[in-house]
Amino acid sequence: MMDSRLVLLAPGDNCVVAAQPLAAGTSVEIDGARLTVRAAIGTGHKLARRAIAAGETVFKYGAAIGHATAPVAIAEHLHTHNLASDWIPTVLEPAARARG
Amino acid sequence: MTAAADDTLVLAGYPRADGRKGIRNVVAVAYLVECAHHVAREVVAHFRDLEPAVHLIGFPGCYPNDYADRMMRRLCTHPNVGAVLLVSLGCESFRRRDLEEHIAASGRPVSTLVIQETGGTRKTIAQGREWAAWAQEQLALQQSVPMRIGELIVGTVCGGSDGTSGITANPAMGLAFDRLIAAGAACIFEETGELIGCEQHMQKRARTPELGAAIVACVAKAARYYSTMGHGSFAVGNADGGLTTIEEKSLGAYAKSGASPIAGLLQPGDIPAAGGLYLLDVVPDGEPRFGFPNISDNAEIVELIACGSHVVLFSTGRGSVVGSAISPVIKVCANPETYRKLEDDMDIDAGRILEGRATLQQVGDEVFARVVDCARGAATRSEEMGHQEFILTYKSFDAAQPAGPLCFPIAAR
Repeated sequence: MMDSRLVLLAPGDNCVVAAQPLAAGTSVEIDGARLTVRAAIGTGHKLARRAIAAGETVFKYGAAIGHATAPVAIAEHLHTHNLASDWIPTVLEPAARARG
Repeated sequence: MTAAADDTLVLAGYPRADGRKGIRNVVAVAYLVECAHHVAREVVAHFRDLEPAVHLIGFPGCYPNDYADRMMRRLCTHPNVGAVLLVSLGCESFRRRDLEEHIAASGRPVSTLVIQETGGTRKTIAQGREWAAWAQEQLALQQSVPMRIGELIVGTVCGGSDGTSGITANPAMGLAFDRLIAAGAACIFEETGELIGCEQHMQKRARTPELGAAIVACVAKAARYYSTMGHGSFAVGNADGGLTTIEEKSLGAYAKSGASPIAGLLQPGDIPAAGGLYLLDVVPDGEPRFGFPNISDNAEIVELIACGSHVVLFSTGRGSVVGSAISPVIKVCANPETYRKLEDDMDIDAGRILEGRATLQQVGDEVFARVVDCARGAATRSEEMGHQEFILTYKSFDAAQPAGPLCFPIAAR
């Protein structure tokens, strides 16, 4: 079962998308498992659907969206701090980078 | 609704000599160099909120550029434009006589004011207002005639994308595209720099193998170009909204194209000869020369309009407020939180999908219905608030690209 606050875009994806803001400490259900969101996650942001190893490809919409740059735990926020493009690096202002 | 039923819907068009019809009847005032911008803007300012609308367009550069030349020809003879006033300083390189002749040959009233010959700012503004008022009177006499969906060209763009865009607004617009195309319309999606990673899938959707190969090459060109620029088509706000990589943003953007076969590849100013789905290649050919392909969303919107788009569907997650000169912009808001903050600027609340208050299909049908209303004369939110953004800058494309005729069967439109 998938939490109604999370959107799984394709069956084989290893990430899901938050359909509403999730505060730190929120309990969510991913594939039947009860998990706690450790840091606040905004609408439209991604969470790991399962543990992802550094270097592993991340899939969304059933397609590759880049690779993990660090090990990612299940239900952890997947963003610029642990996911990078396989094409053109994402360039952000320092403030945005700090926010991850 | 079936495609046959959609095809019986009656829109309101202003007939033009080239056989196309406009859903607006705009007097365009065009400055031909930045030095004439203020004078042209002062002419236009006099007509704010008056109908028929008077819009400001123009090209700021003093150096000649074939792309800008072609864009200005297409924009000044766009079906939504009924008359054109050109405002020149006098010493710029723009080929104003060629442009004036081209517009006159299209059957539109046209006049050129050269500031250096007219006697400066004040006199040119006065003469410009006088001519624009006369042109308004002429256009006000024109009656609209029935127009079919199959005579429409619809463009799509996204701006201020976030993690919701690819889930709500973009796929809903894709459904609307499919329905418009089924009823015979030509629909254009664009920004090959935001289709990086989608090229293999697009290749499979191409009507011919030659077109498929051309699409793959055109995305590779975009990836190369943006890599040279050192920055993908990706802004800080995209990341704040949950998008992490350019390929992720691309996949979301790609959903705008719907599921129809891809009929052809266009370059800015190419007008689709028949209905169907077209990809607009916005990235210049050759080595990067003039900077980023499109410096902001409105540069893309202007290119979609130069390809004949009567109306542009604009998907936004973070919340863009822009409209455009010449063609109305329908804003589809992907993010429900953004909609609540910027409701006045949004035509459609696609974020309802995320909160379980509407289905993708319902929002897709709503986008389609809004296009029909707009093509019957109803003002969009950005039109109501007087948005008429316009940007045209330098670009270069290889001359006589065979992409159009090579890639799609030409049929009478």
